[in-house]
Amino acid sequence: MYPELGQLALIIALLLGALLAVVPLVGSVTGRENLQAFARPLASGMFVFVGLSFAVLAHAFMTDDFSVAYVANNSNSLLPWYYKFSAVWGGHEGSLLLWILLLAGWTLAVAIFSRRLPAVMVSQVLSVMGMVTFCFLLFIIMTSNPFDRLLPNVPADGADLNPLLQDIGLIMHPPMLYMGYVGFSVAFAFAIAALINGRLDAAWARWSRPWTTIAWAFLSVGIALGSWWAYYELGWGGWWFWDPVENASLLPWLSGTALMHSLAVTEKRGVFKSWTVLLAIVTFSLSLMGTFLVRSGVLTSVHAFASDPERGIFLLGLLAFTILASLTLYAFRAPVVHARAHYGSLSREIFLLLNNVLLVSATLLVSIGTLYPLILDYLDMGKLSIGEPFFNMTFSPLVVAAALLLGVGIFSRWKKTDAGWLGRKLLWPLAVSVLVSTAVILGYGDFKPWAFAGIFSAVWIAVATGWDLWDKSSSRKGRIHGLRRQSRSYYGMVLGHLGLAMTIAGATVVSNYGIERDVRMEPGDVAMVGDYQFVFGGIGERQGKNFTAQYGSFDVLLDGKRVARLHPEKRQYAVGMSVMTEADIDGGLFRDIFIAIGERLSDNAWAIRLQYKPLVRWLWLGALLMAAGGGLAVSDRRYRLKVRVKNSEAAPVPPAKEPGTPAGVVS
Amino acid sequence: MFRLFSLLVFFAIAGFVSADVANVYDFDTVQQEQRFQKLAEELRCPKCQNQNISDSDAPIAKDMRDEVYRMMLDGASNEDIVNALVARFGEFVRYKPELEKRTLLLWATPIIAVFGGLLIVAGVVIRSRRSDGRAPTLTADQKARAEKLLAESE
Amino acid sequence: MRRILLFLPLLAALVLGIILFAGIGKDTQTLESALVGKPVPAFVLTDLHNPDIKLNQELFQGKVRLLNVWATWCPSCRDEHADLMWLAHEKGVTIIGLDYKDDRTDALTWLDRLGNPYHTVIHDPKGTLGFDLGVYGAPETFVIDAKGIVRYRHVGVVNERVWENDLLPVINSAREDS
Repeated sequence: MYPELGQLALIIALLLGALLAVVPLVGSVTGRENLQAFARPLASGMFVFVGLSFAVLAHAFMTDDFSVAYVANNSNSLLPWYYKFSAVWGGHEGSLLLWILLLAGWTLAVAIFSRRLPAVMVSQVLSVMGMVTFCFLLFIIMTSNPFDRLLPNVPADGADLNPLLQDIGLIMHPPMLYMGYVGFSVAFAFAIAALINGRLDAAWARWSRPWTTIAWAFLSVGIALGSWWAYYELGWGGWWFWDPVENASLLPWLSGTALMHSLAVTEKRGVFKSWTVLLAIVTFSLSLMGTFLVRSGVLTSVHAFASDPERGIFLLGLLAFTILASLTLYAFRAPVVHARAHYGSLSREIFLLLNNVLLVSATLLVSIGTLYPLILDYLDMGKLSIGEPFFNMTFSPLVVAAALLLGVGIFSRWKKTDAGWLGRKLLWPLAVSVLVSTAVILGYGDFKPWAFAGIFSAVWIAVATGWDLWDKSSSRKGRIHGLRRQSRSYYGMVLGHLGLAMTIAGATVVSNYGIERDVRMEPGDVAMVGDYQFVFGGIGERQGKNFTAQYGSFDVLLDGKRVARLHPEKRQYAVGMSVMTEADIDGGLFRDIFIAIGERLSDNAWAIRLQYKPLVRWLWLGALLMAAGGGLAVSDRRYRLKVRVKNSEAAPVPPAKEPGTPAGVVS
Repeated sequence: MFRLFSLLVFFAIAGFVSADVANVYDFDTVQQEQRFQKLAEELRCPKCQNQNISDSDAPIAKDMRDEVYRMMLDGASNEDIVNALVARFGEFVRYKPELEKRTLLLWATPIIAVFGGLLIVAGVVIRSRRSDGRAPTLTADQKARAEKLLAESE
Repeated sequence: MRRILLFLPLLAALVLGIILFAGIGKDTQTLESALVGKPVPAFVLTDLHNPDIKLNQELFQGKVRLLNVWATWCPSCRDEHADLMWLAHEKGVTIIGLDYKDDRTDALTWLDRLGNPYHTVIHDPKGTLGFDLGVYGAPETFVIDAKGIVRYRHVGVVNERVWENDLLPVINSAREDS
């Protein structure tokens, strides 16, 4: 009985979504406030019913209701309860429902946190979000119903959740990722609303910014979790494979970062408006395209959901409608008249524009690298593979260039920066960075040019950021007062940039100075990897909740002292008979020791993969730091103070000066 | 006395035991080991869902690794090895696309994007210089309206 | 003029949409053979039924034949076996078998039990010829012309539809050439 309720809830949500898409929008265009007032209640209602639907599906999983096809395909009675819950989003239909839940959630959040915005704007933004939600609800109801039943032949037990997904990483990775993807729909909605009502100004940018930043922060965490999960779960010690699905998540992140920075310029100086709007549309379009790529079977990937051409076509249609409609609106309504602003060639505006150029180039690069095989196949020009070697060669220089610009740009001023002043300012940080980078490189091993470039980039960002903080916090009333005077927005930026430096450092060191060996070992053997000794104790057997495993015992020694005892396993799952390699890792802030068991080479000998991975954790810690920076920036006072401006339509000029904005804040 | 002797024997043998184990694919120098690893990472398993032959467990991936190993021991260059495998399995197994007519656009994209962007930025800077300093002038009417608005919002 | 520029993103999206649409439903996994147009690689292997007889690539000279790669451990090969029997006996197609990474006794027992559609079976215990042919998963079937040149490769089971649509046209065109 319950599953049908879930389906009904979805249909009701669909109807509410349709109303939300139309009524407030009509009200905003015709000036009828009573219609506009429907926006908030409709958003709440839509969320309630999607939430209800999700709860019904979760209930079906928790109670082992195998009459529901989706539950039977993704769960099993032996599954621990927390995996039964996370199995809700383990397959296509359920993860789509999660997506829609989060979309409805963001819509509600916008409805709640937009008291200060003009009613016209709010109704339009919510209408656009309602439209997007409506499209996805249509998709799920018509092609991917999670509540389809297997009556009357209810299977005795389920097919089990893919063992790869039975993991804490799975519990967190999709929700975080989707929060990011879906969060960019808010910036998108603001952009569309601005194009509709023509009110594209600095105020619009200020309203869009916090929503964009939070979405970006969530996406950063989501991507980092995915990378971390692949690292310890997939048994090979890799953390990024330039797989099409991974690229699909990176694209909106790159574009979203450009958007975040472009919004800063538009808010501060009222320029680059058309460009920022385009970025907002593109970023969300990339999120949608990512969804399409993963579920349509168009590209080969270990991550892809089971593909179905019918779904692929529907989804593409959805995508086409959203993207083509918004780009058409953009082409007709975006302002062509340039704002009369003046900025020098070394101004902050220009540095941020350059930042955008590099980020957009990176986005283009990753897109074309991912889609090129598809394009060639379409043109019947054969099958091609584009993988790590290509991306590493082309992406790394862009990262280094962006990092170098970042360091210089931090010191730049709005409107105009004197070249001589800037040059003098950079001398000391440059010298310090070169020294520190050289020390780090030589500390890790021999000098490699690309390793130096990467380390220098990271150190340069950190030194420049620290230097700027030092400069800004100098005050007659003492250093502490100077530090306190900086806004949360500024500290958010500091954390964000330091996080980036950390990630770059981690990626550079682990790629250049990590050591990997595939060795043949018998019990009693000792292998050397770098300065570490690995002693193979032997193979044992153990029984897990829903699997049996053969595990190896290893002692890891450094300078004769034992630093870790590791037990990598090969697991055979009871249901489905799949064999999984579970690596064991001794994690540390500055290095990881990684062991995985390969194939059995003879009665007594096994192939063992041993790895020393310096600074690998910095990859993900850096991403967390970036997200923390985003969160901090969003909690800045200026987003929380009530502004004493009449909330009327006759105010095209943004409020003159907001209380609480410290003079000279440049972020 | 016997204990001392057995202790000595133990250490003698332990000395032997702590000699290093062989790689599954064994080479004389570390450089060759790294070269093998890098090659394996650049070749794609034809059967798997987007994995290189180093990470894949598929039998064909193992066969390919064996072939790479054999050819390296024979003294073949990286190019020879990759070409030999491409001759059998097609361009598909090459993760780094060759620079040929059909991949020109692929390799050119980053360069075009960056330089195109730089040109645009240069254009923006030049255009901004041209509109130098000329603040928009208001008519008397507009001025009066502006002053009225400012007075209202105080 | 500027307004025109704003239409560029729309245009790009349209082009991309068309390409993505064309990609739906396409098989991303099957690879075309790299050996099409090239001769069967040189090899020296034994006949499955008689270990004393050595076979080499000359085996493929003289007429158009199919080369079927199979093994006893491959379930799909079991599926296509009946179709191969039909091809060999009803349609008179000469099929050379390549017993890929298989045990000789197992293979002989298998053929005894199920029937032998092959004119000759090459025993490839280590899979060396298979590797040289670019075989990445059994079953695979090649069309070889009278000069020993590979014309076509089909990955997966052979059935009547595959025969009609894919293999027969290639065989006919190969026969015309010789």
